Amino acid sequence: MSRVDTVLLPELDGPVPATLPSTLGLLSLALGVGALVAPGPVARMTGVDDSPAARAVLPAVGLRELGSAAGLLSGARPAGWAWSRVAGDAIDLTLLGRALADRSGARRRRVALTTLAVAGITAIDVLAAVRIGRAGRARARVIRMEIAVTVNRSPAEAYRFWRDMENLPRFMAHLESVRADDLRRSHWIARGPAGRRVEWDAEIIDDKPNKSITWRSLPGAGVPNAGRVRFVPAPGDRGTEVRVELRYAPPAGALGRAVAKLFGEEPEQQVRDDLRRFKQVLEAGEVVRSEGSPNGISLRQQAMQRPAQPLPASRR
Amino acid sequence: MKATAWMGADSVKVIDVPDPKIMNARDAIVRISTTAICGSDLHLYHGYIPEMRKGDILGHEFMGEVVEVGPQVRNLKPGDRVVVPFPIACGHCSSCQRGLYSVCENSNPNAGIAEKIMGHSPAGIFGYSHLLGGYAGGQAEYARVPFADIGPVKVPDEITDDQAVMLADVFPTGYMGAEMCDIKPGQVIAVWGAGPVGLLAAASARLLGAERVIVIDRFPYRLRLAEEHIDAETINYEETDVLDTLNEMTAGRGPDACIDAVGLEGHHGNAAMYAYDRAKQVARVETERPFALRQAILACRSGGVVSVVGAYGGFVDKFPMGAFMNRSLVMRSGQCHVQRYTRPLLERIQRGEIDPSFIVSHRMPLRDAPKGYKIFQKKQDDCTKVLLKV
Ligand SMILES: NC(=O)c1ccc[n+]([C@@H]2O[C@H](COP(=O)([O-])OP(=O)(O)OC[C@H]3O[C@@H](n4cnc5c(N)ncnc54)[C@H](O)[C@@H]3O)[C@@H](O)[C@H]2O)c1
Ligand SMILES: [Zn+2]
Ligand SMILES: [Zn+2]
Repeated sequence: MSRVDTVLLPELDGPVPATLPSTLGLLSLALGVGALVAPGPVARMTGVDDSPAARAVLPAVGLRELGSAAGLLSGARPAGWAWSRVAGDAIDLTLLGRALADRSGARRRRVALTTLAVAGITAIDVLAAVRIGRAGRARARVIRMEIAVTVNRSPAEAYRFWRDMENLPRFMAHLESVRADDLRRSHWIARGPAGRRVEWDAEIIDDKPNKSITWRSLPGAGVPNAGRVRFVPAPGDRGTEVRVELRYAPPAGALGRAVAKLFGEEPEQQVRDDLRRFKQVLEAGEVVRSEGSPNGISLRQQAMQRPAQPLPASRR
Repeated sequence: MKATAWMGADSVKVIDVPDPKIMNARDAIVRISTTAICGSDLHLYHGYIPEMRKGDILGHEFMGEVVEVGPQVRNLKPGDRVVVPFPIACGHCSSCQRGLYSVCENSNPNAGIAEKIMGHSPAGIFGYSHLLGGYAGGQAEYARVPFADIGPVKVPDEITDDQAVMLADVFPTGYMGAEMCDIKPGQVIAVWGAGPVGLLAAASARLLGAERVIVIDRFPYRLRLAEEHIDAETINYEETDVLDTLNEMTAGRGPDACIDAVGLEGHHGNAAMYAYDRAKQVARVETERPFALRQAILACRSGGVVSVVGAYGGFVDKFPMGAFMNRSLVMRSGQCHVQRYTRPLLERIQRGEIDPSFIVSHRMPLRDAPKGYKIFQKKQDDCTKVLLKV
């Protein structure tokens, strides 16, 4: 596991959204080729073989489908191309609606069946487009960072402390608790604004004793996330370079806004502060507190310092 | 308890605040017996150090009796008489382990602010702005002392409060100023500033074997202390040209090392020069008035050392980089790594090699702190060092 970017998160990189565009692309390809190569049979099948106009329209429909297919199969802007299929479906439905009004008997039945089939495809296309769009937007929201701190302890000591996931809340300020279910799985609870809690399960997917730990959230996390920490001996016998990579995708909507608030405007600074606390706990044995910053290092507290006076009894 | 609080520029008040309590396992609570006002406090008093809040408790030089210890403090117990170093240092980071306590990597919970101004954060300091931690200071009846297993030093009975409290800051600071000069036999050391820090730097230069010590200031009563207690030569910069006089005294060589014990609020004999930097400082274009530093660089012998213990907070204008570079000067600097010096200097006092309390001019009760600040600021009543008795 060389980089956290290679850790797959089911919500973002899972198999369904990844292959959906190409499936739709292949469908467009088949329809497009059919309409261009065999307009006669297609016209008969759909019940419009009696109209000279249909003969002219079908190749145009075929070309449009080939365009969608090329777009979807290219992999670029999949959501846009998926919506182009929906737009095509809408045109087809309009044309079919007109054809239905003009016809009767067996032909009318064939046109009606075609309309039904196209309506079904439209529904699938809409669902797919929404889904592809959502995964794409989630990927666009993904926040990545790489932050490091030097700790005057051996890689083994730093690794040991981090590997016990239940220690994480001692230095990760937004965590309320982490419960290790077994050696691999854990349950995380984070504190949100206004007493809101965000919970998820995570698993360690790669564990190299005294060297690195890689973890990711399990499917169903409100905020899909993955992380990796490496413990590299610092040159000159100065302990360990603790290098952390994080990747997470805050959702849209209210939860997303809550998460954004949680991390403030400077998510990197928050993680940097977490690492400062990690260093304090490992080196000094405690999170360092002052009267102005009674909760220890914190970006928010730094901005709203209380006077450097002992705390009143009510705040202890 | 009663405590001296910063209420805005040129204003301190003794106010009632809650008693401190243990916040961490390595904390101790000290009932203060003697605390001092420092030249550094004047920089805060004048509002030159950023990130002060109304109500901040001042004071970083204090001593007293331990009344409570956290569970991790095993070297102290209630009843111990201790003096507390002014930098707050964890003792276990790389910097602390190399003896660089005033740049402890863990003790500033507001490191993020300091990094924006200074690149990296120095240690937290008692009562010295939120830039350096937001710690309540010791010009009060009680103080909470973090990392009490590392900092405070027990004081034997035969050492007086007035002597011991010098170990919290000014004696180690003056000593470090002299030590950074790397003094060799026969050398001439010049010291800018005859305040507590400058006087104790001059005295320490003597202890470290300087041949001649020259002290520069404009207050005759302070220069007299240098002559009488340290057997130093003196220059009153309002009466003579400092560079000419130093060249003459050293037959053109310049002092082997120059100590800046003035810092960011230097005063200049030339009214126009003073007005120039003062105006820039007021307009916040320049944060310091570095007259002594500029002069120390120009005066120093080629290849010599400029040792800066006077405090600076931000940016300096018209720094004579050409002289500094072309003449192979060395500059050493720092807030004092007090923890490194407390025990050896305590022993020097015990052996009678020096009594640093010769600088003390005033002793008054804590409630008179505002008056103490005023006379120290204005250098009234031959004031050199004010001790507050609690
Ligand atoms: N590095 C440290 O750890 C440390 C510790 C304590 C104090 N300090 C700093 O040391 C400095 C001195 O502290 P102090 O308590 O002695 O203060 P102080 O105000 O009593 O002394 C400063 C002296 O400098 C003199 N002075 C002003 N301009 C001068 C000039 N151009 N040339 C020569 N002398 C000049 C003043 O007349 C005064 O006597 C302050 O900047 C203080 O913040 C540093
Ligand atoms: Zn001081
Ligand atoms: Zn330290």
